[in-house]
Amino acid sequence: MPAGWLLLLVLLIAALGYGLGRRRALVSAGGNIRVLHSLPAAYGWNVAMAVLIPSLLVLALWSFAAPRVIGAMVVPLLGAGEGEVSLLMGDVRRVAEGLVRLGVDVSTVAPEGLRERLGEVGIALGQDVSPATLAAAARYDVLAARSDWLMTVLVLAIALGAAAWTIRRTTSALRARNEVERGVLGLLVAAALVAIATTVGIVLALISNTIKFFGLYPATDFFFGTTWSPSFGGGSELGILPLVWGTLYISAISLLVAVPLGLLSAIYLSEYASPRVRAWAKPMLEVLAGIPSIVYGLFALLTVGPALLVVFGDGGLGIMQGGTAVITAGLVMGIMLIPFVSSLSDDIINAVPQAIRDGSLGLGATPSETIRQVVIPAALPGIMGAILLAASRAIGETMIVVLGAGAAARLSLNPFDAMTTITAKIVSQLTGDSDFNSPEALVAFALGMTLFVVTLALNVLALWIVRRYREQYE
Amino acid sequence: MNDLRLFERAQAVDETKISAKGVNVHYGAAHALKDVSVEIGDRRVTAFIGPSGCGKSTFLRCLNRMNDTIPSARVTGRIELDGQDIYDPRVDPVQLRAKVGMVFQKPNPFPKSIYENVAYGPRIHGLARSRADMDAIVEKALRRAALWNEAKDRLNAPGTGLSGGQQQRLCIARAVATEPEVLLMDEPCSALDPIATAQVEELIDELRQNYSVVIVTHSMQQAARVSQRTAFFHLGHLVEYGETGQIFTNPRDPRTESYISGRIG
Ligand SMILES: Nc1ncnc2c1ncn2[C@@H]1O[C@H](COP(=O)(O)OP(=O)(O)O)[C@@H](O)[C@H]1O
Ligand SMILES: [Mg+2]
Repeated sequence: MPAGWLLLLVLLIAALGYGLGRRRALVSAGGNIRVLHSLPAAYGWNVAMAVLIPSLLVLALWSFAAPRVIGAMVVPLLGAGEGEVSLLMGDVRRVAEGLVRLGVDVSTVAPEGLRERLGEVGIALGQDVSPATLAAAARYDVLAARSDWLMTVLVLAIALGAAAWTIRRTTSALRARNEVERGVLGLLVAAALVAIATTVGIVLALISNTIKFFGLYPATDFFFGTTWSPSFGGGSELGILPLVWGTLYISAISLLVAVPLGLLSAIYLSEYASPRVRAWAKPMLEVLAGIPSIVYGLFALLTVGPALLVVFGDGGLGIMQGGTAVITAGLVMGIMLIPFVSSLSDDIINAVPQAIRDGSLGLGATPSETIRQVVIPAALPGIMGAILLAASRAIGETMIVVLGAGAAARLSLNPFDAMTTITAKIVSQLTGDSDFNSPEALVAFALGMTLFVVTLALNVLALWIVRRYREQYE
Repeated sequence: MNDLRLFERAQAVDETKISAKGVNVHYGAAHALKDVSVEIGDRRVTAFIGPSGCGKSTFLRCLNRMNDTIPSARVTGRIELDGQDIYDPRVDPVQLRAKVGMVFQKPNPFPKSIYENVAYGPRIHGLARSRADMDAIVEKALRRAALWNEAKDRLNAPGTGLSGGQQQRLCIARAVATEPEVLLMDEPCSALDPIATAQVEELIDELRQNYSVVIVTHSMQQAARVSQRTAFFHLGHLVEYGETGQIFTNPRDPRTESYISGRIG
């Protein structure tokens, strides 16, 4: 039975269970709700949850594990070496799927002409179907059908069994409300675990591929190399320093733009602007935050770069070779970050209690003295947090850099030179036609890992600063 | 000799520091203060009493133009400090507030050290010429607020780390450090325990030597203990204003009588 139908059936059993559980509770109380330990609906939910949780869990786990287990079981039929298995298994799955769509008897079908017939039902293959592949695919179908059947029986048995057991337990004294509460708690914990497990999984994948990369390319050359020149023919130099430099340079310029402008506009908005100005200025700023970064990239490439070139290029001061440069990307990224800094800082400044503003004004301080000496110091931890958040956005930003900063990995002090960043190089290393096991492709994971560590360090630093200030001020 | 001093004292008593005539305050459409006229004497303590919401804080905030910070508030009428209209466009509210200090109902120390809290006002008004000067000002203010003994060993600790009563005394020290001529106190003891309250009352009595003090209080005993004159507000009106002894022993208005005997409140 397809998983969709099975799911529907389980839901139906749960719904029936809800009704029966509720009825039974009412009946056992003689129709008097006051005798019941819990509200009637709680008894219903208790049954429904007892049905849904285990059966859906089994359904999910089985659907996840079955293709892998079956795949492992048919691999020996292919008689292929380690390297080809993953490629061939792709074909096996597609052929197996195609055979089901054709509706042929898997024990009699012949490999000749099969590729064309599969093509007609929408399964495109890169090569003719070999007898070994066909045999594996046929076996795959048999095993899949068996697994499907087993899963259906198991899930339905669990659903019905749980329903029967829980309905039997339902009496007026059953603490259904507490059991439902426990079930809800379990669901919440499970949701949290999924989030954590995903994070851990991503980090583990990063780490394992990074280790693989360092097996092929020396770590010291990676971390201390000053040249970045990948060549897919081999003999690449993959030093990260030019990329780190480019990343930091562009981020620094963008923060130099975003922090003063963002902070000053936040101060204006929260302390000086009349409610009318605030009512339209704040949403306007927040619209800036909603613009996709690719649009900023276009803006850098088509507007800011050429404009800078007019002033600093050959026609002007002659210190800028092309429109794509550190300064271009930095300026545009700074504009992108203004709403981040201003919106967060505005909220933080607004959270400073009016009472301490009054205290300062009541001593004869001017509004700007009050802001500089009382409001900003009180809001500083939050503002630092906002700035570090902006910094980690700047470091992780990709599109503006790809379009605005150029592609040359270069260690240079001149902000009018083209440079590139870690993120931009991750993109270019993975978008080529490369073998995923070569150091040139795997280096992307090492770059990603470095980025991750830097961002994590920034966040930890932000937390540390915030905590230190909080101790001082609270 | 004795007669002479009596004479001097009588002179001081008659001087008016603040005179308010026909003051009305609206918050948007709400009429919060209705035609209030009061003369507040120099070097004495004036108490404002009355049930909650009757406009005591509103009136107090008129006296140093703190209502300017509330967008919806509109003040009309005339208030003079030493004969000068404080709502005159030529008067800078910032300078006015340096002369008319304020202590708020809830302690509101700045998130700074105890020292910096007290030094804040003198610093923005340039009252100290040297570090030693400032040290002296801070010590004097803390002593007057009866906080010196508790705070002298932790001047660099955050002011927000003090207990509620200590925080309020810090706010008082902060206010007196700028040497205002008038000190407005809006229920300064409502968050304090009896011991701290007694200390603050002692301080108010001492401040009277140099300043005029206006105190809003909910405690009739407190008004009777510290003030020389008492004003009773009710529903935005100033119902009765006179010598404290007279207000409490022989009120003229029946509403005052009911309030102090606990029948309205
Ligand atoms: N910021 C404000 N905005 C609008 N109305 C206010 C504001 N402050 C006080 N009021 C109103 O003005 C009246 C007097 O308040 P207030 O002066 O605080 O009274 P009191 O200090 O005597 O308890 C009350 O009705 C109150 O609701
Ligand atoms: Mg009040």
